[in-house]
Amino acid sequence: MLIKRTERQARRSALAEALAGSSNNSIDRRSFLRRSGLAAGGLATLGALPLTSVRKAEAAGTMAPGATIRKSICTHCAVGCTVTAEVVNDVWVGQEPSWESPINRGSHCAKGAAVRELVSGERRLKYPMKLVNGQWTRVSWDQAINEIGDKIQEVWKSSGPDSVYWLGSAKMTNEGAYLFRKLGAFAGTNNTDHQARICHSTTVTGVANTWGYGAMTNNPNDMRNAKTLFFIGSNAAEAHPVAMQHILESKELNKGNLIVCDPRMTRTAAHATEYVRFRPGCDIPLLYGMMWHILKNGWEDKEFIRQRVYGFDDLRKEVEKWTPEEVERVAGVPGDQLKRVAEMFATQKPSTIIWCMGQTQHSIGTAMVRASCIALLMTGNVGGPGMGANILRGHDNVQGATDVGLDIVTLPFYYGLAEGAWKHWARVWEVDYDYLLKRFDSKQIMETPGIPLTRWFDAALLPKDQVGQKDNVRAMFVQGHASNSITRIPESMKALEKLDLLVVADPHPTTWASLAVKAGRKNNMYLLPVATQFECKGSRVSTGRAMQWGEQIVKPIFESKDDLEIIYRIAKKLGFADQMFKNIKVENNLPVAEDVLREMNRGSWSTGYCGQSPERIKAHMKNQAKFDLVTLRAPKDDPEVGGDYYGLPWPCWGTPEVRHPGTPLLYNTNLAVMDGGGVFRARFGVTREETLPDGTKRQVNLLAEGSYSKDSEIKDGYPEFTLAVLKKLGWDKDLTEAELAVINKVNPANPDSVSWSLDLSGGIQRVAMKHGCVPYGNGKARMNAFGLPDPIPVHREPIYTPRVDLISKYPTLPDAKQFRLPNIGFSVQKAAVDKGIAKQFPIILSSGRLVEYEGGGEETRSNPWLAELQQDMFIEINPADAGERGIKDGAWVWVTGAENSAKAKVKALVTERVGRGVAWMPFHFGGWFGGDDLRAAYPAGTDPYVLGESANTITTYGYDPATGMQEPKVTLCQIRAA
Amino acid sequence: MARMKFLCDADRCIECNACVTACKNEHEVPWGINRRRVVTINDGKPGERSISMACMHCTDAPCAAVCPVNCFYSTADAVVLHSKDLCIGCGYCFYACPFGAPQYPKVGNFGSRGKMDKCTYCAGGPEADGSKAEYDKYGANRLAEGKLPLCAEMCSTKSLLAGDGEIIAQIYKERVVKRGYGSGAWGWKTAYKETIAT
Repeated sequence: MLIKRTERQARRSALAEALAGSSNNSIDRRSFLRRSGLAAGGLATLGALPLTSVRKAEAAGTMAPGATIRKSICTHCAVGCTVTAEVVNDVWVGQEPSWESPINRGSHCAKGAAVRELVSGERRLKYPMKLVNGQWTRVSWDQAINEIGDKIQEVWKSSGPDSVYWLGSAKMTNEGAYLFRKLGAFAGTNNTDHQARICHSTTVTGVANTWGYGAMTNNPNDMRNAKTLFFIGSNAAEAHPVAMQHILESKELNKGNLIVCDPRMTRTAAHATEYVRFRPGCDIPLLYGMMWHILKNGWEDKEFIRQRVYGFDDLRKEVEKWTPEEVERVAGVPGDQLKRVAEMFATQKPSTIIWCMGQTQHSIGTAMVRASCIALLMTGNVGGPGMGANILRGHDNVQGATDVGLDIVTLPFYYGLAEGAWKHWARVWEVDYDYLLKRFDSKQIMETPGIPLTRWFDAALLPKDQVGQKDNVRAMFVQGHASNSITRIPESMKALEKLDLLVVADPHPTTWASLAVKAGRKNNMYLLPVATQFECKGSRVSTGRAMQWGEQIVKPIFESKDDLEIIYRIAKKLGFADQMFKNIKVENNLPVAEDVLREMNRGSWSTGYCGQSPERIKAHMKNQAKFDLVTLRAPKDDPEVGGDYYGLPWPCWGTPEVRHPGTPLLYNTNLAVMDGGGVFRARFGVTREETLPDGTKRQVNLLAEGSYSKDSEIKDGYPEFTLAVLKKLGWDKDLTEAELAVINKVNPANPDSVSWSLDLSGGIQRVAMKHGCVPYGNGKARMNAFGLPDPIPVHREPIYTPRVDLISKYPTLPDAKQFRLPNIGFSVQKAAVDKGIAKQFPIILSSGRLVEYEGGGEETRSNPWLAELQQDMFIEINPADAGERGIKDGAWVWVTGAENSAKAKVKALVTERVGRGVAWMPFHFGGWFGGDDLRAAYPAGTDPYVLGESANTITTYGYDPATGMQEPKVTLCQIRAA
Repeated sequence: MARMKFLCDADRCIECNACVTACKNEHEVPWGINRRRVVTINDGKPGERSISMACMHCTDAPCAAVCPVNCFYSTADAVVLHSKDLCIGCGYCFYACPFGAPQYPKVGNFGSRGKMDKCTYCAGGPEADGSKAEYDKYGANRLAEGKLPLCAEMCSTKSLLAGDGEIIAQIYKERVVKRGYGSGAWGWKTAYKETIAT
């Protein structure tokens, strides 16, 4: 055996000595251990490593000469991993592990470990392009903006402002998403939407209507406290791999239960202690089936329900219908397994439910997520460490973009669209309410929710009289949203051809470009190159509601521009930039991100973004190492971030000067409000009149009873704070004169009615907290969410279900008009039965994520490091179904869908991962349609390395009545060998 | 002297492929060459487990034993490296390697494989540490900078461990004791003629 020894000094001194313990200057043993993952290995002592030594070691590491370190946040999911870049001469030369981030602690997934490629990406869109007679032609930015602006104004003139649809993005920073929503407001329309519609709109609506806010209640780090982790519709191992670090360590350290309920035996299920397979779309029967056992055995938390829950008796009636036999008949889950799971969930506490798109993307998604919330409420598993609804968000800033109101139903920060909301924002923006009013077609349309992005093509194609606005949608301005992540692609193709104007601003041409060309579009389409967030700066909010600041790592490459600059240029062209950017500094057409965040701070009292000043957030990024891994809190005595929770998770009440530490766990009564404590939000009134069976009426208290956050001076429930409430309590004397002056200015006619969310001084919040109270009041969570289509969640069969026998008992809701459009789900379901669709298309088709790709996938399929790992679009099919059809593993198959004679040519992956009668496709592919390769339809050199059929070519009708959510998780298909 | 090893904790690996792309990122490895990859057994079935695989930097490395031109050498840290200047692309090492580590870029016609490429444990090659020539042929040299292989450093679940064999064995042992299960140090018997007793 020949052994040659290297003579290199560097290696010896750096490593050998470090290992011998004689810490010289580069790396000491402890930091070496830490890097080896020991701290992650379940040894509590190492959590307390002196972090200074680690930082020192890194600083001494020999980087590329002259390199500077810049930190940003990964753009590929909402876990919020810090990305550490080594930059030389404005070139990103190396990516280093981000050891200091309490969220990822050095780790990444395939996507995060490959993000450096994005800023040198050869397949990026390099300059503005215009489609001229079917040919992609390079144009200048000025020409593009001018022509786009002229065309928009033309459409406005003939059809009104609602005919231009502004489709924004969860991949923008908060600042970008906020400005995009503001752009919509100044453009006179509520047709402003983004990915949350197809991601967690049902969560936001369902969860907020249960207990106040629609966000994840806890955070991935807190899952370390859980004893029972219950997954339903989340495949975190592929969708949120770095969260799995906390999840697997939790399971190991606590000897915890990891229960995965999913129609597929996912990579997450591979690490479960219990895997429950059920029929897609049967989340409610499964959850009620568990609750049936919980109630039968008295495992519910009676005291919690008494103090903090409304509508338990109504719920009980519904749960009683779901006997083990009925659950097995509908969902296919055996009763004894469900009893075992129910017992674990209810008795081995704390328990948390983790869900994601598997639960939200249904035509009854709002009801499904509510059933999950109800399971938590029933067992007292909300409002403490290791508990709660850990709702994993998808895009890196989908939580933030939702909060800042890039949405059709609300202005920023959930203020809604009523006159009071517009007046609030008019005050914040310092523009006249009448000025905003005049931008709209009418006051009525100004206060009417817009069209969900899931239906943009219906809004373009349906007869004008069926669209609840002046005219059809005639122009789409799309900034950062894939088209192949929206269902019913064959239908949308018709609209792609018909639109008067189609603008796609994105780092990549996206499937909008290739499908529009395929659809026959020849002109009036523009592609604008947008920089990735690594080329911009700004704040983004992780799934755990923590805000993080990303530095600009390199300048925008090629001719691409920052989102903010594009928004500014469009606003300028459309003639309202001076009003819209009144309080925001603009340098060389680029609005200053910090100024935009400060404007948000001034208006976001309802959601508690008011305390998150750019200075505080930046201090957190600088001091990442000081935050505890589990509590996420910094030591109280730290001069910069003392006592803060990492990222000041919202609500971060009051002005930045109040120094509220943020709220890592929502509704946590164990802590004082100034330590991040909270209660359920009193959002639904103080009392409710109920009619009893004998006809008599009674008033039921909707406020909490005998439950309050630590140190609260009011030892009971209380309504939300207004000046009147403060006066009643005698606490108005604590307001300063300056605060009172602002309150009087907000509503000179009736200052008493000014609430905690409208008071621009923050005085009402400050005073409430001074007395230990939460500004939004202390109410009950609602099991009965009156006002929603199904106040108590009810199982309804998917529009296209193979179980035709169940439709009569569990039909979908009647047709209705929602969000300016008809929702004819009932008619479609009925027609499917009449036509015998379930016989022609007997296999359930579901869709989901792959770890290598994200969203519509054009960006990640253009990254060679990722694309190499998944080169073919495929469909998972059970061996029994494959055998019947003569389909071999790896062979080409045709998948046909129930609508529009949809067909897709993909490869078969024959696997037991899916059960019999179920098939599954990843939704990241695009660039093929109906068996045709559309590579030639992309502008030269911008086609992603990997193309493939889109799953949504096959998906079908189905919209959640409360949110317009699409139904990509359950439809029917047929598969045959190609 | 340190004895560098890799250890993949199969009870932690979720096949996220971070190790694969981290390697591509750090060394700019071209399409078609995979110094590291993740292998999954029982895919989609109960008992599914994944393992991240690369050159294990064996004791008495079989690749070195069969190499007709002696292009392999072991460093003081027991990292198995090779010289692309000496390599003739014969492919013997590929057949000898129990882990399928050697990769060939397939340049040219007539079945020529090109110079063998494999995981360097982020330790470069015979050229001067941190030199451009070293980077071009073998990729970055993190070890010389006092850093560990990026694949392990970026592992999403801290499944893949890299470092001195004794230390990572200790980490793994404590993990197994704490959680009460472990499927063993996969590949150690073959690579290092020893295993971790738990």
